[in-house]
Amino acid sequence: MHTNGTTPLVEMRNISIAFGGIKAVDGVSIDLRPGEVVGLLGHNGAGKSTLIKILSGAYRPDAGEIYVNGEHADISSPRDAKRYGIETIYQTLALADNIDAAGNIFLGREVLTPYGTLDDATMEAETRKVMARLNPHFRRFKEPVKALSGGQRQSVAIARAIYFNARVLIMDEPTAALGPAETQQVADLVLQLKKEGIGIFLISHDIHDVFGLADRVSVMKNGKLVGSANVQDVTQDEVLGMIILGKCPPGATPGPGAS
Amino acid sequence: MTAPVATTAPPPSTASGSLLSKLEIDVRMLGMLAALAAIWIGFDLLSGGVFLTPRNLWNLSVQTASVAIMATGMVLVIVTRNIDLSVGAILGVVGMVIGVAQVQWLPAYLGLEHWLTAPLAVLIALVVGGSIGLFQGWLIAYLGIPSFIVTLGGLLVWRGAAWWVTTGQTVAPMDSRFKAFGGGVEGALGATATWVIAAIACGLIIVALGLNRRRRLRFGFPVRPGWADAVIAAVACVAVLGAAAIANAYPLPAGTARRWAEANGIAWPEGGLFIPHGVALPVLIAVVVGLVMTFIATRRRFGRYVFAIGGNPEAAELSGINTRWTLMKVFGLMGLLCGISACISTARLNAATNAAGTLDELYVIASAVIGGTSLAGGIGTIAGAMLGALVMQSLQSGMVLLGVDTPLQNIVVGAVLVLAVWVDSLYRRRIK
Repeated sequence: MHTNGTTPLVEMRNISIAFGGIKAVDGVSIDLRPGEVVGLLGHNGAGKSTLIKILSGAYRPDAGEIYVNGEHADISSPRDAKRYGIETIYQTLALADNIDAAGNIFLGREVLTPYGTLDDATMEAETRKVMARLNPHFRRFKEPVKALSGGQRQSVAIARAIYFNARVLIMDEPTAALGPAETQQVADLVLQLKKEGIGIFLISHDIHDVFGLADRVSVMKNGKLVGSANVQDVTQDEVLGMIILGKCPPGATPGPGAS
Repeated sequence: MTAPVATTAPPPSTASGSLLSKLEIDVRMLGMLAALAAIWIGFDLLSGGVFLTPRNLWNLSVQTASVAIMATGMVLVIVTRNIDLSVGAILGVVGMVIGVAQVQWLPAYLGLEHWLTAPLAVLIALVVGGSIGLFQGWLIAYLGIPSFIVTLGGLLVWRGAAWWVTTGQTVAPMDSRFKAFGGGVEGALGATATWVIAAIACGLIIVALGLNRRRRLRFGFPVRPGWADAVIAAVACVAVLGAAAIANAYPLPAGTARRWAEANGIAWPEGGLFIPHGVALPVLIAVVVGLVMTFIATRRRFGRYVFAIGGNPEAAELSGINTRWTLMKVFGLMGLLCGISACISTARLNAATNAAGTLDELYVIASAVIGGTSLAGGIGTIAGAMLGALVMQSLQSGMVLLGVDTPLQNIVVGAVLVLAVWVDSLYRRRIK
């Protein structure tokens, strides 16, 4: 584990949540430092997505606490999370298909004119700026995002997350639906954002994705944390062992879920 | 009602497609206008020239107003993937309440024919309608009861409540100032006012197009070619002025004109007086409601949220939108519009009956759907729904004019509804 003394950007301590008696997340603690990429790994149903949905405000935990910059944070809605600079790119992208790119990027945070009406021109201009950075070939500003390709939709979802000066970015299976070129684009973006000091949670069930980008990995199994490790202290096979068997190798810090 | 257009029109060539997209004209709306024109011309030919007379068109506009107003709200309801089956019943109960209010309650304090009676009656209608809508919206949004069930229950409850207000007795007549809301002679605004309103409307159209253009130019966005904006402005202004001219070409009946002349101390000439109706108050209200609702739906944050919820409820929630409160407001707005329509239909009938608005829910939903509102949610326009209401009413009043029996009218309207939705789904699949 990193012990360089900086306060974690985000720290989730002993988080638990149950749905109908099933503990989806059970006493999990993870943290994230500025400019760090933490891979959150585990099988489908291991509780990764549920855990990050707690951080992004979609669910309220039954127990546990969240600290942002060392201070206790009360996150009970997506709006709260965004106020703390925590932005999420969901696996489903969570785009309103019938609305154009600008409408989606500013959804819930619209720019208004002095008369209280939507300032579509300003929002479109800002959208053109941010999209020029992410996807220079993007031209379809006036069309509903339904009409866009998978990669274009992805860049709209990313634009929404980074436009508002995120400090913590959660990416849930960001490359699951993308081709090789677009996957590389996302990887480049992750490295660029990391350089800007943004902390990134990278959620994936594919360890190859994560190993190239992450500084650390945390592995979950059956709702519990198996362990966390610096990427250079463990091999891919050992991490696979954590994911599949819940076996914590010597290079990792074991969690409550280690067998 | 894109039926005749979509099926007979040749596939759009790329040239015309790019021209239309350059003008940013809604092709679907154009199709609906063409369908409406086909219906009007068809009925005019079949009726031997009776349909396209100022008199019939004026009546058509007044008959459309009530359903068109409610259809604007139904668009937002359906866009959020909900339905409201209770609008006719809400109209009924609100109509009864304001009927009793101006015949029994208010006169007890104000005396008969007090000038405050009509404004208070309208206020009561808005409050009662809006409250019922908000209550139903609360049941749907916060208790999670499906809107179909809540409003199906509402249909029975409010229809029953309408009966309960006077245990079924019809209340009449209405306050004479209130009657203006129903159109008719009291609610016809006259020639001068009509021209003034039309002129203001033309001015607003030109200013709005100009402002929009300037704004886009300032941000360096692509704009329509200048001539295209000029053509659009000209077509819109001609349409407005044409409608005003038609409304002003329909004179008051001789008897009414004579009474009016006597009341205003004008001598009754030998050949009679040509006193134009001008636009009817309910029609003006419907147009203003349509503009306000379009503004709310497209220029306000609330409208953006409504469409976002319809497009992807989960995404809306994750974006931090208060989806429940938004949904509750949508139903509140629907109730408010039912209140406005209740004023119009009660005033038009000059009586409050507990059967008012029966089956209106079906016409309102049909108008919205014919107007291009998708029952899957997320898609729909206010203008389309109002045009849909006009198409429905044109069919109905045209058949009345031709002496078609009522059961056959229903068969035709029902068939047209199904056909229109089918053609629309074909059209949508093709442009995809």
